Amino acid sequence: MAHDDDGGTNAAAGSAIEKSEPPQASPGTAIVASDAIANPGLPPHRPRVTDLDPKKQKQAARRVSTLFLLSIVGSVFAIVAYIVFPIRPGVPSSIRLNTMFLGIGIALGLVSIGIGAIYWAKNLMSGEEMVESRHLTRGTVETRSRAVEIFQQANEESGFGRRTLIRNSLIGALVATPLPAIVLFRDLAPAANPVTLLEETMWKKGTRLTQDPFGTPIKAADVTLGSVFHVIPEGLDQVSDKLEEKAKSAVLLMRLLPQDLHPQPDRESWAYDGIVAYSKICTHVGCPVALYEQQTHHLLCPCHQSTFDVTNQCAVIFGPAKRPLPQLPITVDSEGYLIAQSGFHEPVGPSFWERS
Amino acid sequence: MSTAVPTTRGSRFTGAAANYIDERTSISGLVKELGRKIFPDHWSFMLGEVALYSFVTILLSGTFLTFFFQPSMATVTYEGSYIPLKGIDMSAAYQSALDISFDIRGGLLFRQIHHWAALLFIAAIGLHMVRIYFTGAFRKPREINWVIGFVLFILALAEGFTGYSLPDDLLSGNGLRIIDGLIKGLPIVGTWISYLLFGGEFPGNDIVARLFSLHILLLPAILVAALGVHLLLMVINKHTQFAGPGRTNENVVGVPILPVFAAKAGGFFFVVFGIIVLIAAFFTINPIWVYGPYDPSPVSAGTQPDWYIGFADGALRLMPPGLEFVWLNHTWSFNIIIPVVVLGLFIVTVAIYPFVEAWITGDKREHHIAERPRNAPTRTAIGAAGVTFYCVLWAAAGSDLISTHFMLTIEGVTHTLQALVFVGPFVAYHLAKRIALGLQKKDREIALHGFESGRIVRLPGGEYVEIHEQLSEYERWRLVSFVDYKPLMLRPDSRGRISFAQRMRAGLSRWFFEDRISPISRTQIEESDHH
Repeated sequence: MAHDDDGGTNAAAGSAIEKSEPPQASPGTAIVASDAIANPGLPPHRPRVTDLDPKKQKQAARRVSTLFLLSIVGSVFAIVAYIVFPIRPGVPSSIRLNTMFLGIGIALGLVSIGIGAIYWAKNLMSGEEMVESRHLTRGTVETRSRAVEIFQQANEESGFGRRTLIRNSLIGALVATPLPAIVLFRDLAPAANPVTLLEETMWKKGTRLTQDPFGTPIKAADVTLGSVFHVIPEGLDQVSDKLEEKAKSAVLLMRLLPQDLHPQPDRESWAYDGIVAYSKICTHVGCPVALYEQQTHHLLCPCHQSTFDVTNQCAVIFGPAKRPLPQLPITVDSEGYLIAQSGFHEPVGPSFWERS
Repeated sequence: MSTAVPTTRGSRFTGAAANYIDERTSISGLVKELGRKIFPDHWSFMLGEVALYSFVTILLSGTFLTFFFQPSMATVTYEGSYIPLKGIDMSAAYQSALDISFDIRGGLLFRQIHHWAALLFIAAIGLHMVRIYFTGAFRKPREINWVIGFVLFILALAEGFTGYSLPDDLLSGNGLRIIDGLIKGLPIVGTWISYLLFGGEFPGNDIVARLFSLHILLLPAILVAALGVHLLLMVINKHTQFAGPGRTNENVVGVPILPVFAAKAGGFFFVVFGIIVLIAAFFTINPIWVYGPYDPSPVSAGTQPDWYIGFADGALRLMPPGLEFVWLNHTWSFNIIIPVVVLGLFIVTVAIYPFVEAWITGDKREHHIAERPRNAPTRTAIGAAGVTFYCVLWAAAGSDLISTHFMLTIEGVTHTLQALVFVGPFVAYHLAKRIALGLQKKDREIALHGFESGRIVRLPGGEYVEIHEQLSEYERWRLVSFVDYKPLMLRPDSRGRISFAQRMRAGLSRWFFEDRISPISRTQIEESDHH
């Protein structure tokens, strides 16, 4: 520990460039020991069995060429398999055979080349380790001073540093040119305001609740105790932006014993005889809350495990979501079909900044 | 140009062809510079190669797929040969992905080659980064190349995610839905970014085509460029080598590019490619026909993203309830902001780590010897903590599967993982540091006193002793050659002041180097030899 009093004072950065001599790089807080053990140098080379025994060498050479020949066999096999194992419509096993034999052929063609080449390199090519010296990554003193000189010359010849008006206006121009790109991206989406779109769904007063995916209307009498229906609004099939509407309008319908439900006073009329409808879109990041536990009346989102309590207006009881699932007020029409009393009273789905 | 007189027809042709090319490209200079360049050898240097070769495999298989894939979300009715989905409405993208799987010979094979190669690509990059980290191979002059490698890792993740979303199946659609929800939760810009990205409301009709452009054009172009610079810098800096007899900071010991390294590396490319094809031939990956086309309503239990997105999904899952507030008439979704910020800080820390360590040590020398992890105990411990943190988040992405497979409650699993996010890295840090220091002590002991030979000798007095044998000087060198740092001594500068930055640096330096084992010196060896 001879040279250990640096304390980091040499560590000031940015000074190395100006020096013309390659500086002795600071070791920082590293300890440069004066009596470190010396490197013993490369150990003596140990010859391989193929270096010593000509018979083994011949054997190795035979193995390499055999592997390369095997590769040819593999590639030909792949071509044959392509023809011999076609895909027959309606026969799933034919796809498996085609994939498998084609794959085996191609893989054999590739792997045999690879193993052959590596075996060749390891056993027949020169096994002697070689030494190459390293140089500092930085350019030599002459190279660096020439580089500096070139920059200075270019600066003088162009007047880049001297003609500040030209230089600064050029910098200004270069900064301004990419700016149109910002406005160019506006038309990635139509002119509408996303916030108003997020607040609307297809549900409005009188919309029938229908079954996903075929759109059959649901009679209140068909919703037995403990059952769950995946619901879409009536007429979803007719709209042009079906998936966008469905991504907001999907609803879950469940029937519980009326005494199991605990609505707040202003929502007492939102259920119909123990039948409740809640948005299926998770208030966390929007996965469908598809799993209903009949015994506990919990709804579980399979993506991030947010759990909602149906008996308590779908309040979050576990998981990363914060807000309850929005409730769709429902009733029945004159024919006994379930309909919406109104649309949702709040935006459905994941939270967004403008929501309040 | 060869000066030897060509004798056979073959060599005359080779000579003439080489001459023709060199007279037009001056390529002989390149061969002279690089042909006998030396590459050191170690199994862990292979990880980067695996990443490179799986990337080539991805390019080749992906190009084949683009000939058949239609990046369109136009609604079509399926009439292909997969009977369970006949007559069902779906996007053209999903239909063409089904056609690739069921109607084109080798289509399924190539889809699976592409997907398996992508998984291997990201795994290999991750392991390669871990190898670089734990051996200190990011130190000067390789800090910039570490950052480029980090960019490659991020690009690979982006490639993975954009590619995963293209078939427009139920599983990937739900993945996009999560991304949409995640973006919407970001303050101020979230709603609009989501709206512009999807070309309107989610899911819209544009996202597949847009992701396709990114997946096959922009991202690969940047990736190839960054990869080129990455490899170029590796050639310029020359590869690191592990400490060993004859290996110094001023030399490279190994095999020349021509012929041995080229044969080994080239051969290894074929091995990697071949093994990926073999896996693809036998193991199904991403069976999109099982999931069905994307529909915002259904979802299956136990949905999982591809493994490399797991850490982000896990971070979302581990957020405790109630972290969302309305304040100033706006919604603040901290259940989204916190994971985004924490993961952002985590990956930024990874990116800038080399500069932090360089600042702490103040070491301006070039380092070409890959360190054994035990010889940098604090760095190794920090790495272990980081890996543990990542792994807990990753495990959290499978919290539902963990609870169903092991008959545990989802609440119990989640709460355990929430605790592990904090406790795990802490424990891993101390464990790794103690193990590293213990191993260093063992090395020191062996270097000084030799190893136990297993030979028990009874002395004339009846006493039993075990004979210790000395290492050869070659074996010993591996144990004693490492860089040792001491904590920074805090000193006032020329104006007699101690700056805040210096205080911080001294604090960090103390944290890094307070517990250390010095390499043994010649004097100590000589002393111990006299015993």
